[in-house]
Amino acid sequence: MGQIILYVIRDLVRSRWTLAYTLFYLLVGFGVLLMGRDPARAMVTFLQIVLILTPLMGTLFGIMYYYATRDFQELLLAQPLPRTHVLLGQWVGIALSLGVSLLVGLGTPFVVSGFGVGYSLVAATLLGVGMLLGAIFAGLALSMGLLTDHRIQGFGMALILWLFLAVVYDGLVLALLMILRDYPVEKLALVLTFLNPIDLARILLIMQMDVSALLGYTGAVFREFLGASRGMVASAGALVLWLAIPAILIVWRVRRRDF
Amino acid sequence: MALVEFRSVSKRYQRVVALDQVSARILEGSCTAVVGPNGSGKTTLIKLLMGLAIPDSGTILFRGTDIRGKYAYRRHIAYMPQLSYFPANLRVSELFALLPRLRRQPANPNPLIERFGIHTYLHKRWGTLSGGMKQKVSLALALMFDVPLYVLDEPTNGLDPVATRDLIRLLTSMLNQGKTILFTGHVMAFVERIASHVIFLVEGKKYFEGALKELLTRTRTSSLEEAAVHLIMNHSGVQGLEVRPQPVRTES
Amino acid sequence: MVAGLSILSWVVYGATLEVCPTCSIRTIREGVRLAQPHDTVWVRPARYTEWDVPIDKPLTIIADSGAILDVQFRGQGLIIHNVDSVTVIGLAIRNIAFSSLEELSAVTVLNARYFRLLNLRIDSVFFGILVEHSVHGEIAHCVIRSSTSGHDEATMGNGIHLWKSDSIHIHHNYIEGMRDGIYFEFVTASLIEHNTSVGNLRYGLHFMFSNNDVYQYNWFERNGAGVAVMFSRNIQMLHNTFIHNWGMSAYGLLLKEIYDGVIQHNRFIRNTTAIRIEGSTRIHYEYNVFIDNGWAVSFVGGAYDNFFFRNDFSGNSFDVAYFGRPNNNRFMENYWSKYSGYDLDRDSLGDVPYRPVGLFTYLTMQVPETVVLLYSFLIRILDLAERLFPVLTPVEIQDPRPRLYPWHSLSSEA
Repeated sequence: MGQIILYVIRDLVRSRWTLAYTLFYLLVGFGVLLMGRDPARAMVTFLQIVLILTPLMGTLFGIMYYYATRDFQELLLAQPLPRTHVLLGQWVGIALSLGVSLLVGLGTPFVVSGFGVGYSLVAATLLGVGMLLGAIFAGLALSMGLLTDHRIQGFGMALILWLFLAVVYDGLVLALLMILRDYPVEKLALVLTFLNPIDLARILLIMQMDVSALLGYTGAVFREFLGASRGMVASAGALVLWLAIPAILIVWRVRRRDF
Repeated sequence: MALVEFRSVSKRYQRVVALDQVSARILEGSCTAVVGPNGSGKTTLIKLLMGLAIPDSGTILFRGTDIRGKYAYRRHIAYMPQLSYFPANLRVSELFALLPRLRRQPANPNPLIERFGIHTYLHKRWGTLSGGMKQKVSLALALMFDVPLYVLDEPTNGLDPVATRDLIRLLTSMLNQGKTILFTGHVMAFVERIASHVIFLVEGKKYFEGALKELLTRTRTSSLEEAAVHLIMNHSGVQGLEVRPQPVRTES
Repeated sequence: MVAGLSILSWVVYGATLEVCPTCSIRTIREGVRLAQPHDTVWVRPARYTEWDVPIDKPLTIIADSGAILDVQFRGQGLIIHNVDSVTVIGLAIRNIAFSSLEELSAVTVLNARYFRLLNLRIDSVFFGILVEHSVHGEIAHCVIRSSTSGHDEATMGNGIHLWKSDSIHIHHNYIEGMRDGIYFEFVTASLIEHNTSVGNLRYGLHFMFSNNDVYQYNWFERNGAGVAVMFSRNIQMLHNTFIHNWGMSAYGLLLKEIYDGVIQHNRFIRNTTAIRIEGSTRIHYEYNVFIDNGWAVSFVGGAYDNFFFRNDFSGNSFDVAYFGRPNNNRFMENYWSKYSGYDLDRDSLGDVPYRPVGLFTYLTMQVPETVVLLYSFLIRILDLAERLFPVLTPVEIQDPRPRLYPWHSLSSEA
């Protein structure tokens, strides 16, 4: 599996999409920091960018890579390797390559500008969470690819999944909270965010920042659970656990399907 | 003895029956050609052997063991797919390094690189190669391993006559060393030159299996082409079937 | 200090009694006891271990730098009681213990008139300066510092605590680490200016039942809850800076039941809530700056006839929120950084009204739990859509003529 990961990275690192993605982060990173905003607000801007971009890019890279290397997969699968290693290896390769883009693209401005100082924990969490989100969505996209050989179908399914988790899900949460407005729903809100990796990542980041005060009483319920270092570890763990879902999907599909 | 044995293997893709109760044996040391019209199930047969597709029913034995769910047996098989697409940004030299590492098997690519003239584009990226170049690289990537069985899906696709001649010489010498070769092809002249055995498939059904000479004797024809026509006409006559146009379907 | 003394000599008249460990007068208490009214007691540098030192006659006490009254947690420091015209300058006072029975303080002023407390250095105390039933006082250039660590509101006292007093001038003091920095209860006609109140456990400044006072040019930073003005009339709040009063229930300024005041030219920077209004009537909010706050203005009921005129709102997560009814509060010619209207007649005022209660603000007002969607992509989209086609957000609160450019040059650097 290590060899496959290595070659996927070697391939992707030379791709101009990777280059463009990294450059975009560099541009945005330096742009936001050069605007000279208050670092707390700059952090909020980064948070929003990372939460939108990493899942989307994970999805796009995952599904594009799946179909672009569909035939190569066939050759890999014909080698004396377990089937799961091939797909899981590709996934890890994509995830790491995306992660490196984020790390270089945003990490460089952080370090160069000295922004990390005083915000190093939040900045590190942001990068870590961004890498996890990229990995989760790349994996989900790969599993969508594994469901169908029809490219358009696969692209559609991956994008719909992204759209659901990035936007629609929150819409449903919003609607649900409005409907249940007469009941105490903080705990429900807490549970609902755990079920969506983007929400989980968002709350995890907000809780590390000053802006967590804006969450008010609801935030206090969250803090009770998340704020203590154990809660923080638990929610970070939940995000890592989210990796298991694409992993299970991939293994389940890859064992059964024909190539 | 049979190196590979298909025992009444069936495979359907959605509504299309790709293989229907096919049994066949690949003898050790033979050069077996899987022939038949487009969509007859040639590539499916090979994919089943390579574990790329899973049969709906029947079993496939490699050296007497069922291959279902296994992967280690593929250490003994080198495979060249019909169309090779490697990651576009990898260099040819990297591909030659990649496969031995993946297989954890030594390889000897240099004579093949020499023979097919690959050295001139060894440092180019895969995405920049022409069709012929890609086919030569794919062949070399399969033949560079020292294994008992080579499985080649349409090895002559896109090869120029010189390269085809070189390939024939190469395969012949490999057969002389006791290797087994299984390949698909629709260039009958090439098949006739090299194959010792033939598996003839039409619409997923096996119409013939055996030595090439036997096929010619039995059909009283002098070429594989004529034998094929005879086989199709005769077979359909016997079974009261018409020779229908081939269903349009892409095999990937 | 000698040069300082010569400058100050015009206030000094009568005899001067010198206090030092090697002098004939070795304690402050002794100096005060021996002094005649209007004499001067000159305290030389040394540590004086004394407590409950009564000052019951008109006096000037001048302490050199390095003169320390160390109470050693045994009682109070100076007690100025039933007396006029006491001036204390330059004395350092430290170590006053917490008591649940008495408001032990470094300087207690009771029933005094024309007192002046200047340049005092007060450290590690329960209460700093406690003033009751006194008039015409001045508290200036004092530094009052304690540590909040290990304490809660119940075990801490206030920096400058005034009760039932009038005409007190409090200026250029620095107060840190107390419960409330400055506390006013039933205090009238007083002026608080140029003070810095930082890192206090509860409020930087706390007004209760105090009318006709002015506080201006003060700096309130990192206080537990901010500044609270409660149950008071005619308070003028001018040119103050409220910065980084941040926390779940923190605000820059809390207004509770106040009437007829003026809030002008203040800066509110990075507060969870810049102004929380629990009842404010007929207040003019003008030329204030709200930058990078969570909520800039949050009405929590009972606000009537308030007028927001020419304020700058920039980079706040929520500009205006209200719970309850919007009432008849008006906004006019304010600058809103989120405004995206146009100005065809080029009068620097937008031609379309601005609704400062954004969609997300509105949602959180309706169902507070929806705040969990803070910074989500959905909210961004919805907020944008609502700005283009306002449907949900209340039309009652709007700025009919929003200013296109800020009234002040805006920077979140204080």
